[in-house]
Amino acid sequence: MSGAISRWINERAPSLVPMYRKHLSEYYAPKNFNVMYYFGSLAMLVLVNQILTGIFLAMFYKPSALEVFHGTSEAFASVYYIMRDVNWGWLIRYMHTTGASMFFVVVYLHMFRGLMYGSFKKPRELVWILGMLIFLALMAEAFMGYVLPWGNMSFWGAKVIISLFGAIPYVGETLVHWIMGDFSPADATLNRFFSLHVVALPMVLLLLVVLHLAALHEVGSNNPDGVEIKKHKNERGIPLDGIPFHPYYTVKDLFGVGVFLMVCAFIIFYAPTMGGWFLEHDNYIPANHLVTPAAIRPVWYFTPFYAILLMIPFKLPGVLAMFVGIFLLFLTPWIDRGAVKSIRYRGMGFKVALGLFAISFIGLGLVGAEVINEVVPQIFGPAADVTFWRNVFGRIMLAIYFGFFVFLWIYTYFGLEKTKPVPERVTTHD
Amino acid sequence: MTKQALISIALVLGLLLGTPSAQAFEGGGLMSANINIKDKASLQRGAKIYFNYCSGCHSLHFMRYSRIAKDLGLTKQEVLNNLDFTGAKFRGHAISAMPEADAANWFGKPPPDLSLMVAQKGPDYVYTYLNSFYLDPSRPVGWNNTTFPNASMPNPLWELQGLQVPVMSQPADGGKPEVTGLKLAQKGRMTPAQFHSATRDLTAFLTYVSEPAALQRRSIGIWVLLYLAAFTLLAYLLKHEYWKDVH
Repeated sequence: MSGAISRWINERAPSLVPMYRKHLSEYYAPKNFNVMYYFGSLAMLVLVNQILTGIFLAMFYKPSALEVFHGTSEAFASVYYIMRDVNWGWLIRYMHTTGASMFFVVVYLHMFRGLMYGSFKKPRELVWILGMLIFLALMAEAFMGYVLPWGNMSFWGAKVIISLFGAIPYVGETLVHWIMGDFSPADATLNRFFSLHVVALPMVLLLLVVLHLAALHEVGSNNPDGVEIKKHKNERGIPLDGIPFHPYYTVKDLFGVGVFLMVCAFIIFYAPTMGGWFLEHDNYIPANHLVTPAAIRPVWYFTPFYAILLMIPFKLPGVLAMFVGIFLLFLTPWIDRGAVKSIRYRGMGFKVALGLFAISFIGLGLVGAEVINEVVPQIFGPAADVTFWRNVFGRIMLAIYFGFFVFLWIYTYFGLEKTKPVPERVTTHD
Repeated sequence: MTKQALISIALVLGLLLGTPSAQAFEGGGLMSANINIKDKASLQRGAKIYFNYCSGCHSLHFMRYSRIAKDLGLTKQEVLNNLDFTGAKFRGHAISAMPEADAANWFGKPPPDLSLMVAQKGPDYVYTYLNSFYLDPSRPVGWNNTTFPNASMPNPLWELQGLQVPVMSQPADGGKPEVTGLKLAQKGRMTPAQFHSATRDLTAFLTYVSEPAALQRRSIGIWVLLYLAAFTLLAYLLKHEYWKDVH
């Protein structure tokens, strides 16, 4: 029976079964993946979750800034209609809001894995660049999604972020009005952001994910030892250290999915706002163009980049530095010239630098989230100059963030790195 | 070593989780509301206070009477007789009868909708605010509030709490005296302990109103987690079984 079905399919679409083989049952992945290798498949799981829950949210959400009662828009009211009147609406929305934050958790860890084990290096530069494009699209997607509930942080966040384009000389102001479709974020902005959030950017994201995987499967996966498993093949051309992705990594990733879903479920059912980090208190207030929130700060996943902007005293250089901070990640394959991929066999300088880089990223995040403003009076007493100490701390973190790339280039270009010998074959596996 | 690391992680997480809420509230020294939204009797008492003392001015645009009945274990008739004083339909929203334009005239701006007040400010803030009213003849309605200075809201619960007057500081250099505390000048119908308990019930009700789904999600969550734990165990065993052949 199943033979007849597969024959029927094969006669009509002869490339389907080879495609399944190429990407799953005969895609040979190194057998030594460690815990850092769960986050790629988890990112895909979250993407599917966002699309499915998003479809249901879009059935009930109304992208309209029209006032339905005192100071409250139709958009805002429709979100709380979903939370209260739609069957299981609260679950669908919390899955979507938790998914948004967890997307960045897994993507940041996935990117850090790439830096640790040199997954961005030749021959995987294109995989890295496509991944970075996914990251950019994801940031745009998350920003526009955050605007949709039309709370006060949505409104002011949109105003601040869109006004960054105003830093561009000559055309800046016109560009800002063109993006908003008004002189301030308004109904037109809400409608176009809804359209971009549910139609345009998800399509871009899906396309980029397909390309990211296609590029990966051409060159094959890297691994914690940073060795090329294709160098040692058996007589049938199968890498000696490779195992078929399906079933070995599908069952392994299933276990990762279980653990990850437990974390997500705990948040969804017991701490959906995560103490104001995933859903901010000020966004429970309807958008009000007359009342500025006490502190306008982006959601946690944007805070490191927002901090770069804060730490540079002029608007245009600040905006440029922020974009350079992201763009440098695109260039990492060419900045890092070291031949050794994995952190296991790289010099002490690289290990320290990557550690500091991670610390600077979190440190910048604390500055951007204004956690530092709370901590300073606790350390230096209530009379301390909060802005001064914030700037001292933030600029040290900023210097480390950018210093990482400068160091990496000098360290590898001038051959200062003392690496350990890289083994021929992978060293460990489950 | 591991223990120390865990403690530091817990401290950092605590700091991270604590900070945004701390930022959302003005001033410090909030009283702890100590509410329990699973306590239906407390929610029912809170609803009674809300509809007798608050709903004249404040609306709950996102809250239906029927939902209150369902979640608080009340019958339709109980809700219509004891909570719905505006003649609204059972499935209708708990909207105040006060016309918005008049309210804006009387108080400077219409009293805010309270559907999401606790989500915005936190239960401790609301609880402290309800306990912080004092007489202030310099204000248009004769009331002020230490938690939200110069609030335009008079104390609707004064007959329960009694009248509080401020304890003022006496700066030596002739500077402006400031409120350092509150004391009861005239007793109300409740003792201070009873009033704390009543405002706690009211805060619990408003916390429920901010997120009615909280009742559902907490009771379902444990089953979801148990299911996922079983799933994860099976997935682990499956992985273990398959990976036996990997050498």
